[in-house]
Amino acid sequence: MKIKSQKDFFSGLMFMGVGVAFAWGATNYNIGTGARMGPGYFPLYLGILMTILGALITFNSMVIETMDGDKIGKWAWRPLFFVILANVVFGVLLAGLPTFGIPAMGLIVAIYALTFIASMAEAAWKFKPTLVLATALAAGSYLAFVLALKLQFPVWPEFITG
Amino acid sequence: MELFEHLSLGFGVAFTPINLLYCLLGCVLGTLIGVLPGIGPAATIAMLLPATYALPPVSALIMLAGIYYGSQYGGSTTAILVNLPGESSSVVTCIDGYQMARKGRAGPALAAAGLGSFFAGSVGTLILAAFAPPLTELAFKFGPAEYFALMTLGLIGAVVLASGSLLKAVGMIVLGLLLGLVGTDVNSGVARYSFDIPELTDGIGFVAIAMGVFGYGEIISNLAQPEHEREVFVAKVSGLFPTKQDFKDMTPAVLRGTMLGSALGILPGGGALLSSFAAYALEKKLKMRPGEVAFGEGNIRGVAGPEAANNAGAQTSFIPLLTLGIPGNVVMALMVGAMTIHNIQPGPQVMTANPELFWGLIASMWIGNAMLVILNLPLIGMWIKLLTVPYRYLFPAIVLFCAIGVYSTNNNTWDIWIVGVFGVIGYIFAKLGVEPAPLLLGLILGPMMEENLRRALLLSRGDWSVFVTRPISAGILAAAVLMLVIVLLPSVKNKREEAFVED
Repeated sequence: MKIKSQKDFFSGLMFMGVGVAFAWGATNYNIGTGARMGPGYFPLYLGILMTILGALITFNSMVIETMDGDKIGKWAWRPLFFVILANVVFGVLLAGLPTFGIPAMGLIVAIYALTFIASMAEAAWKFKPTLVLATALAAGSYLAFVLALKLQFPVWPEFITG
Repeated sequence: MELFEHLSLGFGVAFTPINLLYCLLGCVLGTLIGVLPGIGPAATIAMLLPATYALPPVSALIMLAGIYYGSQYGGSTTAILVNLPGESSSVVTCIDGYQMARKGRAGPALAAAGLGSFFAGSVGTLILAAFAPPLTELAFKFGPAEYFALMTLGLIGAVVLASGSLLKAVGMIVLGLLLGLVGTDVNSGVARYSFDIPELTDGIGFVAIAMGVFGYGEIISNLAQPEHEREVFVAKVSGLFPTKQDFKDMTPAVLRGTMLGSALGILPGGGALLSSFAAYALEKKLKMRPGEVAFGEGNIRGVAGPEAANNAGAQTSFIPLLTLGIPGNVVMALMVGAMTIHNIQPGPQVMTANPELFWGLIASMWIGNAMLVILNLPLIGMWIKLLTVPYRYLFPAIVLFCAIGVYSTNNNTWDIWIVGVFGVIGYIFAKLGVEPAPLLLGLILGPMMEENLRRALLLSRGDWSVFVTRPISAGILAAAVLMLVIVLLPSVKNKREEAFVED
């Protein structure tokens, strides 16, 4: 057996895996009958349906010819890493992580961090324009979200505001 | 005339200064993201959902709707001037629009797109106003069995009319349905799939998933592609007005596009994208006038038809949402999210319980369309300048707005982590070539479907035949089966694949 569509092969596997996981999880809840459905009824059958769909997709990917093998191609690790990291760091800095004893640094610090980390997703990033962008975004966000829309954020670091 | 009574109520609401302002804001934002490639209406609406908390519900919905149809106008501008579809629904506009621009006829092309869109938008709004009340009346006769059947039809329609692999799209719908079930079950109080994490007992936030998959996922895949050369159009846009012959050619095309777009917009899964493809295919099939420019070389009909169709489709895709509470496409799914944020249960009762919201929204669409013509035609130069903003400044801002937006939905960092997780998942989807749009539809419909299925079977004492013995439900399910059969017929299957090749 040869894989004729790499994309379909792995998406089929993904659907099968998630389907089995949901169906198996559903067995922990009361399934019930059609007339008196328990919380496990709908997810169990959906999980089974998804597993079947996944199996079909995987089967097709090994039978139906494609032009170029439908390769998944290279993973863009750099943007993936920096975009997600920027998001996580933003969350940590904005409100802190009390469980780990990290204090909240507030919106402004978080925006600078996010802008710099996200910009690094591009190999050709430069310090100066990023600083300008971060300052513009920080000022704009303060005006729009804090002053105009009155959304509730910790704006400044905890150790300053107390 | 009841229709006029309703419309005057609507215009009364829409013409208040605050609503005019939000309508304008929505249209400007819509045009902006329409012009900018790489960010679509779905991501923008998801980002702005939390920001609409503070607004009155009518203003919030007026603004969000404006973003959707505004993006249709903006998308066509870049398609014509720089051969870059700002929006997926303006892909076909590129074909003839850009050729017209290269021949120095950018003005007439833009005017054809703008005026065609305006006409189609107005007709679409009227159709919405005329068809909503009778459909709403019908919807009140619906029991749980009918609703379940209708949602099935909606989901199947979304798959059938979408591009790409059928099986994978169905898989994504089921995945969405399953993700929608995470959280506390309303009937038994059991927290499903929550792994003892308190935040998960409330379910996974819809906004967080939408932003992760459509915001972050798209940014990462955009960044993964090498920056392609943009052919920036340098010639000035002069002579906006089409010639007499242009008008003669474009008028029937606009009419056809409007009709086609209005019809396809109502269908589940329809909307702007499908309408524009269908309209272009139709114009291409029709007989040419002797001496007319060929398609693909700058035929004005190839611009006017699809542009009218995508705008009409964008307008009428609000019909199933406003009358039945069932979203036909992703943007409508997000509108459901917006309504629930403001404690409005989408469905037939919206029209009777909140008439000023219902008619105000409809009236605002017409006003918005008028604003868009004014915004777009004289200000084209300004919008084009936007294209010179490099993506490297744009994407950190999008990441930031997503993060801020999602935090402010619950003032909780939990949602920020969820966005991150779904950003990774969204990128995996992109790599595996699965369309994320059906997932969002399933996510919205999941709990509703389970609830209606449960009620229907409870009433029938577990007898599944209830879905085929009740006439309305049987009719809807028959339509769903018919759709599936048609699309699986070999001849149609090939046509369908052909139709989306240009995608």
